[in-house]
Amino acid sequence: MATCGLFKSYRKGTLGIPVLQGIDFSVYEGEFLSIIGQSGSGKSTLLHLLGTLDRPDAGEVCFEGNRIDNLPAASRDLLRNRYFGMVFQFYHLLPELTALENVLTPALIAESMFGYWRNRKQYRRRAEELLELVGLRDRMKHKPRELSGGEMQRAAIARALLAEPKVLLADEPTGNLDRATGEQIMQVLAELNREQKLTIVMVTHDAWIAEQADRVVRLVEGRIQAA
Amino acid sequence: MYKLLLCWRYLRTRYIALVCIVSVMLGVATMIVVNSVMAGFTNEMQARLNGMLGDLVFECRSMDGVADAELHMAKIRQVAGDSVVGMSPTVSVPALMYIDVLGPDRQTQAMTKPITLVGIDESTYADVSDFDDYLQHPENRKKLEFKLRDGGYDVYDHQAAGDANAKPRKQLERAGWPYRRYKASVLKQREFVVGADQRFAPSPEKEAPAGDLLQNPFAAAEGEQQGRDFDPATEEHMGIVLGIGTCSYRGSDGTDHFIALPGDDVRVSFPKASLPPEAISEFCTIVDVYESKMSEYDANFVFVPIRALQQSRGMVDPTTGIGKFTSIQIKLRPGADADQIRDRIRDAFPAQLYVVSTWRDKQGPLLAAVQMEQAVLNVLLFMIIAVAGFGILAIFTMIVVEKTRDIGILKSLGASGRGVMGIFLGYGLSLGIVGAGVGMALGLLFVAKINEIADLLGRLTGQPVFDPAVYYFYKIPTIVNPHTVAWICLGAVCIAVLASVLPARRAARLHPVKALTYE
Repeated sequence: MATCGLFKSYRKGTLGIPVLQGIDFSVYEGEFLSIIGQSGSGKSTLLHLLGTLDRPDAGEVCFEGNRIDNLPAASRDLLRNRYFGMVFQFYHLLPELTALENVLTPALIAESMFGYWRNRKQYRRRAEELLELVGLRDRMKHKPRELSGGEMQRAAIARALLAEPKVLLADEPTGNLDRATGEQIMQVLAELNREQKLTIVMVTHDAWIAEQADRVVRLVEGRIQAA
Repeated sequence: MYKLLLCWRYLRTRYIALVCIVSVMLGVATMIVVNSVMAGFTNEMQARLNGMLGDLVFECRSMDGVADAELHMAKIRQVAGDSVVGMSPTVSVPALMYIDVLGPDRQTQAMTKPITLVGIDESTYADVSDFDDYLQHPENRKKLEFKLRDGGYDVYDHQAAGDANAKPRKQLERAGWPYRRYKASVLKQREFVVGADQRFAPSPEKEAPAGDLLQNPFAAAEGEQQGRDFDPATEEHMGIVLGIGTCSYRGSDGTDHFIALPGDDVRVSFPKASLPPEAISEFCTIVDVYESKMSEYDANFVFVPIRALQQSRGMVDPTTGIGKFTSIQIKLRPGADADQIRDRIRDAFPAQLYVVSTWRDKQGPLLAAVQMEQAVLNVLLFMIIAVAGFGILAIFTMIVVEKTRDIGILKSLGASGRGVMGIFLGYGLSLGIVGAGVGMALGLLFVAKINEIADLLGRLTGQPVFDPAVYYFYKIPTIVNPHTVAWICLGAVCIAVLASVLPARRAARLHPVKALTYE
């Protein structure tokens, strides 16, 4: 996965605020990369561009050698559904669904009603395994508001993993958690990287968290600073 | 699949959406109830209208009529072919009717009423209309004879079919020959007492009670000074059938009070069919009362045998014996195209002399008014559902704003804009279906129990909702038309879906990043 010369600016009235000013970097398969930067340095924006949630003003995002930032919406939806898993600072679970249903959401989105019905046992087993993996075995039937912050984040990680993605994109996964819980989450991520050779790109402002990754990239005022 | 799950969850967790369901439900229920009741009334009214008139009415423009009904009927049959199943000539003429009513001072006074006197052919009139079914004597309903019966007139309205609200007509219990004889004897006694001073002292046998009269009807007439050619105790005049509205009034509690009964005599004045017109007066004996439940007819029409009326009015050719008629009622085969046959008959006769119309044409303004009323009411009621639609629009817009972040999450997980739109369209659809379904059930239940509900409301408020003194039905007539119900429900569901299109599009177009970071 690579980016070359990414530019992105947000418009505020007539004034364009440049956020990313030419980013070039690569992520290798099986790597645990963390991107560290101050608030407002554009690290979340960069992650959104990597996850095709947003489009760059200039530059390219490539995935396995193919350019993905200019794909049509349907292909990008598919990419997000199958190849990228995303974890957010505020967990972003659907409040109406239980932990198990939240984990199943990517499968529900991917499949038609009939297709899901046919494979429902398989999906359910996989979701249960993932919840066990992140240590939420007895929290499956709970709604997000009945879970603690750490539990919600673990459920979110399980959800990101359901479709067996190639890359996990984590946006400040520990940002809203206390130190101890944050460490647990980091342990989960590190284990996934180590045992399942999952490529992880994590964005954080916390140097201590960032250092647990294989490689750290520093983002200052929209540019990469070699670490 | 997630669309269904989320729709279902939103439906169960957003109580504000219940407001939408309730408003759709109320709109659908109201429309079903109003349409059923209006259809019931219309049907009842049309049945009555058609029941009194033939399917087609062939009239001559002159009130004095034209000669030879047989010839006209033969020609009509020739023109209309086998579509005609029955024909009956009638003579109708505006008339005045005088009923003797006992005043508060025990003096009788003549009550004058304007009426339409209709001469009917009792042997064929039943073939063209439901007239016979509206009579009060069971034998007359089988075959009308224009003769006073011995009694046995319906005390309970046979058309009410045992309805508890139908008040018995106790007065009809004594109607018939015994009543006529009793009345004749009473009148005779009074006449005698009043005239006693001038004539001679009363003799005992003159005051014989009614019981003796039954054994010897001529007893009262014995010793009478003038020679009599008519004895009301044993003889009757020309038979006449009065509309119930001409000889009774309905009290506020729904009971009918008769001012004249079968057995009473009335006097009818009408013009002769001559130039210059000459008013003549005939005594008639009421032989029955008819009740079509159309007040327009019941309060206006009075029937006599056509032959007698023709003779009284001088409408019979003295040499040939052929009478004149003013209209021919025509009954058509069920399913026949009345308009087409009307036009054929119309073309076959000179238009300056005759008018041919269907019963719908005759009641055109009334039917059109009812139809108009129903259409306007439907438009207004559909507005209620449209208002419910705007409610859905507003509430959905709110829900979309509230769910902005969730929409971002779904999009980040790979949901397409179309899919997100589907959630809200499906949500609107399910609200519409639930609302329309519950509304339909409620509406149908209401229609089924409408009389009980009206009674209950009447008891609670002390004011009868459906006042039998005003209407001639005892129950609120309803007809549930499955097509109408289906259209109403479909319309409601469509409005619910349409109202959710705008919020759904808004949701579909949300930018995932902006939605995710929405606070």
